[in-house]
Amino acid sequence: MSSFLQLDAPALLAATLAGGTCGLLGSFLVLRRESLLGDALSHAVLPGIVAGFALTGLRASLPMLLGALAAALLATFAIGLVRRLARLEAGAATGLVFTGFFAFGLVGLEVTGARMADVDLDCVLFGQIETLVWLEATGWTSLLDPAALAGLPRQLGLLAGVAAVSVLAVAAFWHPLRLVCFDADYARALGLRVSWWETGLNLLIAAAAVAAFEAVGTVLVVALLACPAVAMRFLTDTYRVQVWGAAALGAVLGALGVLLAGPLPAALGLAYSVNAAGVIGSLAGLAVFLSLRFAPRRG
Amino acid sequence: MTPPLSLHGVSVRYGDRPALSDVTWDAVPGLTAILGPNGAGKSTLLRAALGLVPATGEVRFFGRTLAEVRNRVAFLPQRASVDWDFPATALDVVGMARLPRLRRWWGRLPRADRDAALAALDAVGMADFAARQIGRLSGGQQQRVFLARALAQQADLFLMDEPLAAVDAVTERAIIAVLHRLVDDGKTVLMVHHDLSLVSEHFTDVLLLAGRVIAAGPVREAFTEDSVARAFGGLPRMMVA
Repeated sequence: MSSFLQLDAPALLAATLAGGTCGLLGSFLVLRRESLLGDALSHAVLPGIVAGFALTGLRASLPMLLGALAAALLATFAIGLVRRLARLEAGAATGLVFTGFFAFGLVGLEVTGARMADVDLDCVLFGQIETLVWLEATGWTSLLDPAALAGLPRQLGLLAGVAAVSVLAVAAFWHPLRLVCFDADYARALGLRVSWWETGLNLLIAAAAVAAFEAVGTVLVVALLACPAVAMRFLTDTYRVQVWGAAALGAVLGALGVLLAGPLPAALGLAYSVNAAGVIGSLAGLAVFLSLRFAPRRG
Repeated sequence: MTPPLSLHGVSVRYGDRPALSDVTWDAVPGLTAILGPNGAGKSTLLRAALGLVPATGEVRFFGRTLAEVRNRVAFLPQRASVDWDFPATALDVVGMARLPRLRRWWGRLPRADRDAALAALDAVGMADFAARQIGRLSGGQQQRVFLARALAQQADLFLMDEPLAAVDAVTERAIIAVLHRLVDDGKTVLMVHHDLSLVSEHFTDVLLLAGRVIAAGPVREAFTEDSVARAFGGLPRMMVA
């Protein structure tokens, strides 16, 4: 059992938290018809992460998070600027800015590579969920042992923090978030500062992207932001079910992906294991396909 | 009396293109039709007044800035401006009008606000559809939901962007009945409108636009063959009473 705690539980928890948080926030992108922005934010944070590493020389959560949030703000600002100056439609401006930011981040990664040898392109793109281990665990009692708990992978702390903030924010700002997503002009006429709400949402999404990217990688963050929310759009007409349902679906997809990739085949005596991120992404795509195929809403 | 809405030298540009030039106009209580050809700046006028598009000039509501009297001003946007596939019921949408009055932003809508939203739905003949997902309503029913949302703000001035565009006869009658009730209660309704045939019968005042003010005032004085011809470039003459 202690090998489950040591090797499988951290990955399982990370994927569940990443999937749940991305699924939750993804609904707001899908409902605002801005799914591409999730793509953009999860890529645009890279130069911020690299800068966070480079400036502090640490692979710690806080500088990384702050750098990423700054990059996300800069990217949303840049998207607005490009739209205005070049008179481009939102999609084109978004695509232009996030690929530019991502490329800039990749160059930064190479230049500062010596100081952070363990973050490479593979990790950025596909994550390294299999490297999340809790070697201090000796049995279930370790869950109550502060010394052992201190040895938990730090990525879990960041993921849990971002997940908690996201859930609280969505619950506490339930009515204004729904209004801003449904009818931004009307929200403005009622006196809401819509751009602040949008910025807040974007920052949360950027934070989720950073927290999740080390676990599942940038590509999967995009899939987890879009797929559970899109699948729920086909399954429900109820806002509450859409928002919490997408979060639950994302969490289940994350957990199932990790289990199917290694522990489950091993438990069944099968000698194979595959990349967990790949399995999660495949399941996410499958979930959209199945919901589309059997949607009660679309027939 | 202080006008419910007063515009002084209001201009709006979209890029290089002037959309509205130097509009100076005082609204009066009653039902005013804002008329003009496509691109005349009718919607832009409402949006500029509400601060939804950048404008120059001075805008006053009841002699104050919008921020000071926001709860006296209700807005009804164009129906096509939102995604009706959104997962919300008619009651959810009408309940959104109560947001500025909520003391907390989470949980269920308080009983009083829910009742106000239901009463507004009832006023437009949509009480039976409160729990219906908005995407499953007809276009006319969706338009009535939007009107109910404006009513639920319990305002004194209503800015409505084409509530009678492409609606069925039942909806048109229901909406006009509500408008008359508002006017009888001393409210002010400013409505972007396109059907000249209804003007003489139902409206008290008109504002004719063509990028600038062509004519404004009581229907009998301002809604003349000459002013309509100047606004529309001489097309729909026979529509004028």
